[in-house]
Amino acid sequence: MKDVQVPPLTLVEPPRGWQGLDLREIWRFRDLLYFLIWRDVKVRYKQTVLGATWAVLQPLLMMAVFTVFFGKLAGVSSGDLPYPVFALAGLLPWTFFATAVSSGGNSVVGSERLITKVYFPRLAVPFAAVGAAVADFAAACVLLGVLMLLWGIAPGVGLLAAPLIFGVIFLAAIGAGTLLAALNVAYRDFRYVIPFLVQLWMFATPTVYLQPAADGSGSSVVQALLALNPMTGLIAAFRASVLGTPIPWAAFAVSSVAAVGACLVGCYYFRKVESTFADII
Amino acid sequence: MPPAIDCQRLGKCYRVTTADTNAVCGYRTLRDEVVAWVTMPLHRLRRGARAARASEFWALRDLSFAVKPAEVVGVVGRNGAGKSTLLKVLSRITKPTAGRVALRGRVGSLLEVGTGFHPELTGRENIYLNGAVLGMRRREIAHKFDGIVEFAEIGPFLETPVKRYSSGMYVRLAFAVAAHMEPEILIVDEVLAVGDMAFQRKCMGRMREVGQSGCTVLFVSHNMAAIESLCTRALLLDGGRLVHEGDVADVVRQYRRLVLGPSGDGIAQLADRSDSGRRQRIFRSVTLLDSEGAPTNFVPLGGLFHARITLDAQTTIAFPAITIGIDDTTGQRLLSLVTPLARTVVERVAGRCDVECRVESFPLAPGEYWLKLGLAAADVPLDDVERALHFSVLNGDAFGEGRGIHRGLCVAPSTWSVRDRTEHSPRKETACRTAVCSS
Repeated sequence: MKDVQVPPLTLVEPPRGWQGLDLREIWRFRDLLYFLIWRDVKVRYKQTVLGATWAVLQPLLMMAVFTVFFGKLAGVSSGDLPYPVFALAGLLPWTFFATAVSSGGNSVVGSERLITKVYFPRLAVPFAAVGAAVADFAAACVLLGVLMLLWGIAPGVGLLAAPLIFGVIFLAAIGAGTLLAALNVAYRDFRYVIPFLVQLWMFATPTVYLQPAADGSGSSVVQALLALNPMTGLIAAFRASVLGTPIPWAAFAVSSVAAVGACLVGCYYFRKVESTFADII
Repeated sequence: MPPAIDCQRLGKCYRVTTADTNAVCGYRTLRDEVVAWVTMPLHRLRRGARAARASEFWALRDLSFAVKPAEVVGVVGRNGAGKSTLLKVLSRITKPTAGRVALRGRVGSLLEVGTGFHPELTGRENIYLNGAVLGMRRREIAHKFDGIVEFAEIGPFLETPVKRYSSGMYVRLAFAVAAHMEPEILIVDEVLAVGDMAFQRKCMGRMREVGQSGCTVLFVSHNMAAIESLCTRALLLDGGRLVHEGDVADVVRQYRRLVLGPSGDGIAQLADRSDSGRRQRIFRSVTLLDSEGAPTNFVPLGGLFHARITLDAQTTIAFPAITIGIDDTTGQRLLSLVTPLARTVVERVAGRCDVECRVESFPLAPGEYWLKLGLAAADVPLDDVERALHFSVLNGDAFGEGRGIHRGLCVAPSTWSVRDRTEHSPRKETACRTAVCSS
């Protein structure tokens, strides 16, 4: 059977500028992608007493902390919604995004052995890191469901849009994760930049506070800056779709364009510099 | 039929970071980049373009060769000859700087065993993970699973995290997964020197099977015996260039000449080593002497091994422990000769001195060996030299029994006696000395 087929021809040539994404090659290695995700999910809570409970416990504790300090002490407004549910519905997609970006950003540097000893499409590494973050997100969604039952909040038809909105958040995470992963290989400064960046980004995103209304108390500069952040529209849209409030479609559309753009920029930049990874990692 | 591997004028250049560019650790930080960018015009003016080019290092240069389908080709060369870089380029881990390679067939490469193993995962889980890393499909791994477990001999520990494995079990499992790849072109770096002797034999057997199954194999090794037994043709690299190509026996002969080169007369100058790292450079030279006191590269089987090491210690070293290690060509330690163990405690060394070591009847079997040097004081290593000197043990009439040994790794003088147990016969003893093999 082997000798009848023309064997596949592989050309190894010097790198030339920008490369295509070569999604076909990634598809050929889909099993590797699957096992890398599976490894990250499996290993994350190994040798912990509470195991996968942590996936639920972390957002729960975060929610509790923000409820006490923001909801009660600082009196941050959450509109008509009870603050804990409001905060959790924002924290869920945000935590996913933050985990995905930071683990994606450190993924290539952390896979040095793989990169220097085996060939495979390099994009699989940050993709797998982002993919693995979905597992925690799914576990935490159950928690949100329980809380919504307790508070008697029913999601509306908008819930149907939630997977789409999450998909866009996923693309945004892929974009930021791959870009940071590629930069991190050449400039290890990003190891320290990433946590700081994620922290800063969280406060620049209306995750645990309500986006100030256009004519509200917030200054117009803050308004403009918040609107520039693609996560603003995505988090707001996700929260609205889950909690049954009107989805801000316009903001979502703008953010989606930004997210898809970020995804393309991240992946293409990654492809451009990936040929040097094995030499400089 | 077109060649399976067609390599044309391949070149790979690395930019070597020199000490004056601040990037000592090899990583470029943003600050370095910004500084370099700002000061670039200044540097250009000061050093000119020629100086900038001097920090380039060509690991491979103008390399052209072709491998026919189903051919098993060995790649030999000294350390730093470019063998590993060649394999990395062929297995698409790094891109070449010049030239091109055409590979016809599914490529499987094995540059290290156990890449992708995760210590927290069980043996079973790691088989799947490692298999996927090596490019196998999930169904394919499931199909070969039992074969892998059987080859690795780890049956009862399948559900144990591999971090609890012994190092032997770990490499056995890792090699077992790799041994079940079925590529059309297999690229293998020095990975067979794993596990114990029995397992190494099994690995060699597996490699031979792969070679005979019609798979094109490119095989790097320092073990000339393995090269000679597996390959039909070989390439000799030196300084990133192809210096010889042809029949395996011929290339191995050339390789030996190259390796023995500067130390071919039994003297290795160690004073200006560059690889010593942070340790001191105490060893100056090592010489192997024959019974006449002349430098040599050969030790007769069971005969005198006599090494003279010249030291130059800047400070006084009290109670130094000097080690001569003898490794085989795969890097396996076969013998260690250590000063305190031999009860010749050296009180101190200071300044320049010669240290001599004699083994009256050298116990290793005929073959090729590397001599390694080490010096420590109070268990702190001060200097060591890997692969300091290359020498051979020659087959010969070791113990006067008329022939050399045929099996085993080492020899020992032994006394044999025969006592007649039949009745009434006077006690008769026949004693003779002969060589005994242990393996």
